[in-house]
This record gives sequence, C-alpha cells and structure tokens, in this order.
Amino acid sequence: MKYVDEFRDPEVISGVAREIARTVDPARHYRIMEVCGGHTHSIYRHGLRDVLPENIELVHGPGCPVCVLPTGRVDDGLTIAAFDDTILTCFGDMMRVPGTKGTPLELKARGADIRMVYSPLDALRIAEQNPTKRVCFFAIGFETTAPSTALTILRAQALGITNFSVFCNHVTIVPAMRAILDSPDMRIDGFVGPGHVSSITGCRPYEFVARDYGRPVVVSGFEPLDIMEGILMILHQLHAGEAKVENQYGRIVPWDGNPPALRAMETVFELRPYFEWRGLGFISQSALSIKPAFAAYDAEAIFEIPGVRVTDPRGAQCGEVLKGVLKPPQCKLFGTECNPEHPIGALMVSSEGACAAYYRYALHAEAVEA
Amino acid sequence: MCLAIPGQIVGISAEQPLLARVDVGGVQRNVNIGLLEEGAATGDWILIHVGFALSKIDEAQAADQLRMLRAMGEDKLAIEEVRGYSFADANGELNEIRR
Repeated sequence: MKYVDEFRDPEVISGVAREIARTVDPARHYRIMEVCGGHTHSIYRHGLRDVLPENIELVHGPGCPVCVLPTGRVDDGLTIAAFDDTILTCFGDMMRVPGTKGTPLELKARGADIRMVYSPLDALRIAEQNPTKRVCFFAIGFETTAPSTALTILRAQALGITNFSVFCNHVTIVPAMRAILDSPDMRIDGFVGPGHVSSITGCRPYEFVARDYGRPVVVSGFEPLDIMEGILMILHQLHAGEAKVENQYGRIVPWDGNPPALRAMETVFELRPYFEWRGLGFISQSALSIKPAFAAYDAEAIFEIPGVRVTDPRGAQCGEVLKGVLKPPQCKLFGTECNPEHPIGALMVSSEGACAAYYRYALHAEAVEA
Repeated sequence: MCLAIPGQIVGISAEQPLLARVDVGGVQRNVNIGLLEEGAATGDWILIHVGFALSKIDEAQAADQLRMLRAMGEDKLAIEEVRGYSFADANGELNEIRR
C-alpha cells in the first residue's frame, strides 16, 4: 500500500479506509461505479484500489468525453477540416483521438488547418482574426463544458461574427446512467456521482436513480479523501436499505446547480432524439444539438457532413471496457498495439480514460510490486 | 478535461463586465465570468474551466484545488491551459481594468 506525498492527510485516509473495511459485509460483493473520468484518474493515480477491501469492485463509468465519442463522429468532424478556407479548432484531448483516417494531429501534419484551443472563446477569437475563413469549433464534453460553448455562441451572435460555427457533440450524463442501469449485464450497487458536472446540473437529475432503481448516488469531489468518503456513504446507504442522492462535494456543488449555466444551455441547445455513444450504442435524448434559431452557428447545418457510422478498430474492445464488462488489461490490444504513445482507442488517449489511467499508474505499480 | 483550475480575480474589464483578469500561479489571463449567478469582484477566488469561471470558492478551497491538481500531476497542464487563453488578451479588448 502506498500513498503519494500530496495526500491531504494520510492518517485521515487510513481512517476512512479502516471505516470502510469495518463497514463492508465480507459475504457481499459490491460493484460501485465512479461515473466521471476525473474520478477514474484520481483512483488510479492514488492507488485507491489498494486501500479498499477486495470485495469492493470499482467500475469505471462513461464520464470521459473523448472516450464516449464514437469514431464516426470523429470522422464527421474531420471532414469539416477538408473544406476549402476552413479552420477546425478543438481541445488538446481531441487532437490525439484516432479517426479512420488518422488523428486531428496527423491530419494537421498532412496540411489540414486544425488548431488546438483551450477555450471555445479562443476559437471565436480565431474567427474574428480570420474573416475570410470559416472557423469551426469541434465541441465535446458533458454539462461541465456545454455552458461554455453556449455562451460562446451567444457571444458570436452579439458580436455579429458570421464565420464561426460549432460541431456540437455535447452529451448529458443522466441518460448514460439510465442506459447502464437498464443494461442486463451491468449490475451496479451504487454510483459515485460526478463532481464538476454536478456543479452545473445540481443533484436533482440523479433522483431517478434512487427512486426508480433503488441505487444510492453520492456526488463526490476528486481528492482521494472525497472519493473514499463517497464510497463509505454509499455503503452506509446500502446497509441501511436506503437509496438516496447525497452530496459529499457540497463545497462546490449546489443542490440546484448553476442557474446561469442551465439557462445558457436551455437558450442555445435542444436534446437530440438519439445519439451514438462508443460502447453504449444509441441512447435516446442523450446529447445536445444547436437549436434552429442558432442554425447560423451549427456546423451540421452549414457543412455537408456524411454522418458515418464506424465500428471500433479491429481487435479493440473499447466498448466492453467502457461498459465495465472488461477491465482495461483484459482487452486484447491493451499495452501492446494500443498504448499512450500510439493509442488505438480513445480510452487510451485522455488521462480520464480508464485505459490510459490503468496504463500509467496501475500497470507500473504492478510491475514494481512484481 | 473535467478538472477545474483555481484562480484569483485581479480586475474586471470596465468595457466588458463579463471579463475578469485572473491570476493563476502568477500567470494572468482573462476569463469569462458570465456563468456566475451573483457576479464577481476583484479579490474573489474562482474555479475556471475552458476559459469560464464555473463557481466562486474561498481561498482555502483554492489551495485545496491547487494541491489536488498537483497530486493528479495536472498542475503544469493547468498553467499551460491558462497561458493558452488568447481571447481578449492584454493588447486586445481588455486594456482598461478596474482595480
């Protein structure tokens, strides 16, 4: 068992770990899903699996934006870069996600004008500075990020910028949780709810998990102590025969969310009838598109986009890992053909992807222990 | 990309009240504060995500958040991100800062 130096207080962590060990029923197996990729990263980074009893199984959830984006949407987005006088912009995470014809970074090397930005406002700035070009922002992300895209579109409108558009791939976390709960091969006992997504949505959207499915949800922060406390709160609920939504991350997450952010999303976006998720398939009302009133900023209305569906690369089992059916090292390509230097699947790209996190931390730890 | 970066507001744009000058570990850039319900003022600590303030926090929480980014090995990435915000840079729209 090892702790990194930066733990807030190893004694406190040990205390919670002991409390968890005292609380678990040794005859029972617990499957707890951490919904958010930030949690997955923190869990591996801090070796939390090593301080939890063996009968608590952590299942990695779908909360990693680049991981759940299907290859077809990556290809669709990259077709925009092929149009004349067009600049495609995207976040750094996106730059290394493989499409069928390569990653955005590789296409850039072959001459496409693809630029990395840190904010959608930077993409808008590029549009302002390049009035003869059409500038498109490849938007990805959950509710944490979607309000920023919405405000950027509103700002483009206010400034009268007409050469800016958004290829919208924003997704919402609740339908994905419902899909997981409805799936016959995924028995989850409780959820560690996402931290920053919930700072926007609040805790109410998770109430159906408790009410309709009888499973606890504890919205938690990202520090090791936060996650451990979240797990302990789930155990307490399970043992009391309760199912409710609790907020461990109240210092950041208001119960009712962030009203201006929700208003901005409501103004600009509407729910798509359905959207494809890598690994989870098509999920109804699980993603956002740009309302017709803002069609002038909607890349899907401006550019002819093929709308292709592409299967995962041969041999890669991203879907099974995303659903929690397989652990990262059980994928046939893990660590051999697919590694952080040459990712084949998106889960190996982002630090929030289960495969990248496992490769960077758990694999190394196992090698050290062996 | 879900992680949020702590910073302190050092000035609000006089012309654009939704733009704040923020200091993150010595790097100063502009961020949009349009998602803060009660607005913000110089001296406030905020959590930043892709160029937007997500929420107001206190100084101790900012220190917690920074330590967590360090623990996750993402503190350098966070500074790099803030350094990369190029909208309304110092030579651009935000030349007059109310202190």
